[in-house]
Amino acid sequence: MDLSMITGLMTAMVAAGTPYLLASLGEIVTEKGGILNLGVEGMMLVGAVAGYITAVKSNSLLLAILVGVLAGGLMAAIHAFLCITLKANQVVSGLALTIFGTGLSAFLGKDVVGVVTDTLFHNAPIPGLRSIPVVGEALFNQTPLVYVAILMVPVLWFVLSKTSLGMKIRSAGENPAATDAAGVNVFAVQYGCTIFGGMMAGLAGVFLTLAYNNTWMENISAGQGWIAVALVIFARWNPWKALLGSYLFGLVAILGLRLQAVGISIPTQLFNMLPYLLTLAVMIFGTGKVGGKRSDGAPASLSVPYDREAR
Amino acid sequence: MPEATVELRGITKGFPGVMANENVDFTAYRGEIHALLGENGAGKSTLMNILAGLYRPDSGDILIEGKKQDFHRPADAISAGIGMIHQHFKLVDNFTVAENVALGHEKTGFLVNKKKMAQDIAAVATANALELDMNAYVWQLSVGEQQRVEILKMLYRNARILVLDEPTAVLTPQESTRLFDTLREMARNGCTIIIITHKLAEVCDVADRVTVMRRGKLSGAAQGEEINYQNLTSMMMNENIKIDANVPRGTPGEDVLCVKDLRVLGVKGTVAVDEISFSLRAGEILGVAGVAGNGQRELTEAICGLRPAEQGTLTFNGRDMTRESVRRRIDEGLAFVPEDRLGTGLVGNMNMADNLLLRTYWSKEAGKGMNIDYSKVNAKVDEAIAEYDIAVGNKKAPVRLMSGGNLQKVVLARELSLEPKAIVAAYPVRGLDIGAMEMIYNLLVSERDRGAGVLMLSEDLDALLKYSDRIMVLYRGRVMGIMDKAEARIGRIGMMMMGTTPEEVAKIEAVSHV
Repeated sequence: MDLSMITGLMTAMVAAGTPYLLASLGEIVTEKGGILNLGVEGMMLVGAVAGYITAVKSNSLLLAILVGVLAGGLMAAIHAFLCITLKANQVVSGLALTIFGTGLSAFLGKDVVGVVTDTLFHNAPIPGLRSIPVVGEALFNQTPLVYVAILMVPVLWFVLSKTSLGMKIRSAGENPAATDAAGVNVFAVQYGCTIFGGMMAGLAGVFLTLAYNNTWMENISAGQGWIAVALVIFARWNPWKALLGSYLFGLVAILGLRLQAVGISIPTQLFNMLPYLLTLAVMIFGTGKVGGKRSDGAPASLSVPYDREAR
Repeated sequence: MPEATVELRGITKGFPGVMANENVDFTAYRGEIHALLGENGAGKSTLMNILAGLYRPDSGDILIEGKKQDFHRPADAISAGIGMIHQHFKLVDNFTVAENVALGHEKTGFLVNKKKMAQDIAAVATANALELDMNAYVWQLSVGEQQRVEILKMLYRNARILVLDEPTAVLTPQESTRLFDTLREMARNGCTIIIITHKLAEVCDVADRVTVMRRGKLSGAAQGEEINYQNLTSMMMNENIKIDANVPRGTPGEDVLCVKDLRVLGVKGTVAVDEISFSLRAGEILGVAGVAGNGQRELTEAICGLRPAEQGTLTFNGRDMTRESVRRRIDEGLAFVPEDRLGTGLVGNMNMADNLLLRTYWSKEAGKGMNIDYSKVNAKVDEAIAEYDIAVGNKKAPVRLMSGGNLQKVVLARELSLEPKAIVAAYPVRGLDIGAMEMIYNLLVSERDRGAGVLMLSEDLDALLKYSDRIMVLYRGRVMGIMDKAEARIGRIGMMMMGTTPEEVAKIEAVSHV
């Protein structure tokens, strides 16, 4: 294996890992605020189809991004309304939205299956940075959404750990009653976090159709939304670890095909299993002491609906 | 006449099935300590939660410093200068003291400079003599310290009206004294202090003015000279329940339960019970005093088999029970009245019959083989309702809908029906009204007279002194001392609850000629 092959592998890895990264960053924010969103897969699909249809009809990439992101956000707003306002079971609501999103996207997209568009993302190499040996091409000769995803990592890390907004988000996920009593509008924080998470899932969907596969087909995400949810646990709700995890899972995703290309035949089904196996391994071996208690580091009130007048 | 800072007019608030507040008026003035007195369930906390913006009243007006207010959320109340300190502290465990205080405060800008934030808050703490480590995590703090964090939080927000819900429930007598000194100082500086309490002694000690509630309604008010025991009792209760001060002593027999060098770990993996040894005799009530969180919970759970003993032995009726299953312990005659009735004691979503079955479903009493004979069980339910005077609307309804007192009676009906040889009763009257309290204490006394050994945990020292034959004091998982009823005094127990050894107590008493 020579250097160009390694560079090629890494380039593919970063591209394949980007939808994971976008979606899991969104889910980290949602869960840090205390809401569990299992509807990521559905939101990704709806974002993907909405973005693609808009690109086909309007030929405007910017509009396509906007519509895809808003579609994901809208789906998340349903989740937020059900879970925060109506205090429904978050697992049930999330699962329902995934199933709903899968069906809805197939229905909306039936006319654009196989339709080709030129309104696609193209590589936008960053001069200078791309000449860094080995990683330069992989990280800095990609489509713009890859850069957005990478930039979001330090931004979200900073917001979550260094700002008062981050403090409000974290405390809403840890102890909403205490947060409420401290005068923070818990409902607004949780709505915001959930909708943000959905918008990121929508953006991940837009990446899938307009920057990665360059087409729409039914169920295009093929479980990637679920892997993003698992990645959040893998990353222990830390954006930096989500970056590493996303690229690792991206590598796993492309490795099967790449190995086949060089004549090593391992059943692809085995590779498809790997992200989930990794997640299981993390859940088994990765729990550690947090706050003196044995825990996986999840926000203490994750998925517990907050009812102010509960007695 | 001082300025009225809080005026509540005609407040009404209903919850499904209960009228928590019915047309309640309440006024508090600047610079006073105002006690809101009433039994549990009288509606005190609801009223104050309305003042704090946590609940919305169904009708009625709130006036703060003369201005009519409409609170939609706690933030509104906070900006009007109201700070509420809840009975269960509203603190984020995984945040530091400074983060908890700064959370949600507008002084905290978008960018958080943790160092400067901690310094600012420490300055406020020092100015008010509140000793705290700004960088400690809340889960590391004692209950008294957590309360100080809550007070600091309110001071940092410039609260002028401070509401404390049962502030002394979790404190030692000494810590309580310290708290009241702080509160008096704050009142002198122009704050309005409102304390919600059901402890008469506390009210007589510190309150300048008292408002009394009963069953969701206003039942009286008093100030200055009028604040005395008789006056307040008659306002609190509709009938004069006689409180006979003298409970005859039991006649202790042989040891039923021997605990030797017992060591138990707590939830955090730290040593919660540290080499405790004592024995409980048949026919006595052994009272256990201690500030909450000093190993009581772990001790009771270890005795009942819910928590493993790391070291030491538990002997029951002369037999080693250290490693036996919960069921074997029950079969040997051990009864457990746990701290949280609905969590450990009962299954909330099951009805009374099924809950009564929980300790006997395997026996012949419940039916033949796998079959449960509900005609038998239902007869037991009726028996229990009559014998323990349980108020139950629908026998088939889930027990979680019952009130605290009735829940506790169901637990006792189940536990006592087996004629246990030893009873572990953890805070058996917590949260109950005086009528239910009396009944439960009397039940335990009659069990003692029947010959059972009773280990009774309580945070009410007066009740411990009244009903126990001996009193054991726990501090940091150790036994500080065991006293006979004759030598037990509140002051002595209080000092031992703070970690003073009996020898030191004796020295202090010798010096101060108590």
